[in-house]
Amino acid sequence: MDRLVFLLATGLARGLVIALFALSLVIIWRAARIVNFAQAAMAVVAVYVAFAVTSLTGSYWVGLVAALAAGALLGLVVERGLIRLVPSRTPLPGMIVAIGLVMVLQSVMGILFGPRHKPMSAPFDERPFVVGSIPVLSPYDLFVLLVALVVVVALALLFNRTALGLQLRASAVAPEVSRLLGVRVPRMVTLGWMLSSAVAALAALLLVPTELGLNAHSADLLFVHAFTVAVLGGLDSPPGALVGGVTVGVLISLVTGYLGAGIVPLAVLALLTLVLLVRPGGIFAVKEARTA
Amino acid sequence: MTAATSPTRQIILRALVLALLAIAGTFLLDPFRNYQLAVIAACFCATAGLSLLVGLTGQLSLGHAVLMAAGGYGYALVAAPAAEAGLDGVPRFALGLLGALCASGGLGVLLGLAGARLRGPYLAGLTLALVIALPALTAQVSVLGGDQGVSAPFEGVPGPLQQLIAVEQWHAWIAILVATLAVTPLAVLRTSRAGLRMRAVHADETAARLSGVSPARVKVGAFVASSLAAGLGGAVLCVATQSVSPGRYDLAFSLLLVVAAVVGGLGSIGGAAAGAVLVVLLPWLVDTITAAVGVPADLEQRLSGNLAVLVFGALLIVVTVIWPGGLAGAVGSRRQAWSRARARARAQAQERKRPPAPPPATPTPSPTVPHSLTER
Amino acid sequence: MTMLAVEGLTVGYGGSPVIDGLALDVPQGSVVALLGANGAGKTTLLRTLSGLVTPRSGRVLLDGADLAGVRVEDRVRRGLAQVPEGRSVVSELTVEENLQLGALWRHRSRGERRAALDEMYELFEPLARRRTSIGHQLSGGERQMLALARALVARPRVLLLDEPSLGLAPRVVAQLLAVLRQTADRTGLTVLLAEQNVTSALSIADRGVVLGLGAVVADAPAADIAADPALRHAYLGF
Repeated sequence: MDRLVFLLATGLARGLVIALFALSLVIIWRAARIVNFAQAAMAVVAVYVAFAVTSLTGSYWVGLVAALAAGALLGLVVERGLIRLVPSRTPLPGMIVAIGLVMVLQSVMGILFGPRHKPMSAPFDERPFVVGSIPVLSPYDLFVLLVALVVVVALALLFNRTALGLQLRASAVAPEVSRLLGVRVPRMVTLGWMLSSAVAALAALLLVPTELGLNAHSADLLFVHAFTVAVLGGLDSPPGALVGGVTVGVLISLVTGYLGAGIVPLAVLALLTLVLLVRPGGIFAVKEARTA
Repeated sequence: MTAATSPTRQIILRALVLALLAIAGTFLLDPFRNYQLAVIAACFCATAGLSLLVGLTGQLSLGHAVLMAAGGYGYALVAAPAAEAGLDGVPRFALGLLGALCASGGLGVLLGLAGARLRGPYLAGLTLALVIALPALTAQVSVLGGDQGVSAPFEGVPGPLQQLIAVEQWHAWIAILVATLAVTPLAVLRTSRAGLRMRAVHADETAARLSGVSPARVKVGAFVASSLAAGLGGAVLCVATQSVSPGRYDLAFSLLLVVAAVVGGLGSIGGAAAGAVLVVLLPWLVDTITAAVGVPADLEQRLSGNLAVLVFGALLIVVTVIWPGGLAGAVGSRRQAWSRARARARAQAQERKRPPAPPPATPTPSPTVPHSLTER
Repeated sequence: MTMLAVEGLTVGYGGSPVIDGLALDVPQGSVVALLGANGAGKTTLLRTLSGLVTPRSGRVLLDGADLAGVRVEDRVRRGLAQVPEGRSVVSELTVEENLQLGALWRHRSRGERRAALDEMYELFEPLARRRTSIGHQLSGGERQMLALARALVARPRVLLLDEPSLGLAPRVVAQLLAVLRQTADRTGLTVLLAEQNVTSALSIADRGVVLGLGAVVADAPAADIAADPALRHAYLGF
């Protein structure tokens, strides 16, 4: 029982980080109607920047801001400098270019920083609070929880209650009609990329201290998990990403605890397959056709 | 092309000639080069299938390494017990290949069914999850041997040839023959009616369905065809290295297959061959150059592997943005430009002999331009 | 004075041009019906005017200013709006959101937007009742009404409409066109209305321009066109 509570709590905390990353995938889907396979690699670049800034200034918080800025900047550069050049009638060229980008980014980071994982320390204590005799959430976990909730609420407000959010949504689902209404669609797409990239950077930054550390390939697994979450919750749905994230986080935690860490990739694969084939719409999908 | 020789027969003839040339070529290579040739041939099996799959039906698979792995495991898991049972030579090899085909074909059917139901990014994501899960799978299923993998019986040079050729050359011959066996049907498929159906489905599924073509069946068929070829490639790799393990078939390798298919030219068999050569030789070339140039050891270690990946990633981007046809496209367009120039010259020569034709009576209104099937 | 002028316009998707040397003058405040059979080039012309299609040659002038190189969204911000063909309502958004979208660039403050939207709700009563309905829940007539309201909410100077009557019941069409005419009279809006429904279009138009084979074959007061049987047979199909 103790074990279960601990695993659930850990799963919740871990799940929120995955949810944040999945949220970044949702943003870019809502803004540009694509799945950005390079999201994780871009996020890791931003985290390296944060690492460098933190080492220079000694402050985690400055590093966090730097990560957000780096993420946004990278999103801008990639969208304006690369994605714009890619034919977009089918999603295929976009995916191939994203994969090329992953290879370029990961290899450059490998060349510059080497294969060893750089340790990163968290700003708060990572040892869990003990309630009764059960270790529950640590201060760091609570910090992650808070950040994730703030971001989710902020994004929900942005997309559903602001003029900017309306333009972002419209530009993605009906770009030509939106242009005919005076909406600067290309600018909206760029903004969507920047926002998405910044959120992904934040998620990766929150995740890294709890893993082995920072490395060019840190986020590969995160991408697969986040993709599964996004698919489970529906690529169109921020609350779906949240619920899906917690679900997957708890699932991973339980599987790790009871069956061993080695099974996790298989569990994730099984879940992904199940969702894609049985419930293509995801839990909260609005009206999205996933079938060919 | 005379009416007498059908395109299929042409393709088979061409394949046999190329195979014979390749076998002859192995005599000119040293053992390491022959080993590389075997690896290239193995990759060719997979890249040819992948190139057709992506190029003709637009389905991107990021997990073709797993299909190769399935072939490798299928081969090893059949050939090893067969060897224990005392079976030898060609029968054992044939059984092994059969095992490879069953394993990769089976997986191909499952993936194909998934792919028929899912749009591009979702299939790609699923195959990505698959290739990342491979080490976990081999660790859980004990017969797959975990990280160590499964070893395959050694294919030695048969008695009469032992004086003539080394074992690497023998493996290269096996590789060439299996590659011919794997790729020729793909080449035939490409120009056949099935190939046309694939292109039609890719261009416009609704229109294809209205013509009586079942998009699902076509897509699954394409996936299975490419899986069978990839499986044979995996079997070849298994023969050349006498083992199969998950470490070989990771995400990086899967992405290399994609690079080979894209840079070579999606949908082109010749392009897939060029791509296979590229992804096998370039990393080795990069390592040799950095060693020769004499960079500090720490940097050399960091460049090893990474520099090649950097070049490949850049190539993927450049080819997709600037040169969608890949290497095959560049060669093909050059050829087209030549033949067009020749035809123009011929027409001009003929026109000078004939008086000009009268201008057309009234300009005809243009119909709305139909959606071109050959447009990419 | 001319609000919208087209000079020597040639537009082609490759092959023989869809529009060939077309010239047109639309005076300010007038309602001009753009007529012609299917494939005559009406939609292509409207899309070119809005900037969705780049012409091979020729000029488009809005209030004397050349629109060459001006992007689609910027043309809208200069006062050139279009209700495109088909169901152009964004079906994932609500009626309110669709209208807000149209009003955004013109009415920066929330208060201004509210006023502009309320104005539209007064003009188009059925929409007021369906304020929170999502686009795909609306009927065909309601959608077209929304598309029109959405274009009008930003107070354009020129409004292009591409076959607004398509698929709608005659009564609904009449209502829509009546509102259009009233608005044009009240605000001095210039309207270019492409229609296959010739009678309806001519009933509210000042002038009719007939397209045939990519060029203007007739440009006359609406009544004259309605009364000319030769024209009707040759180009309008009845």
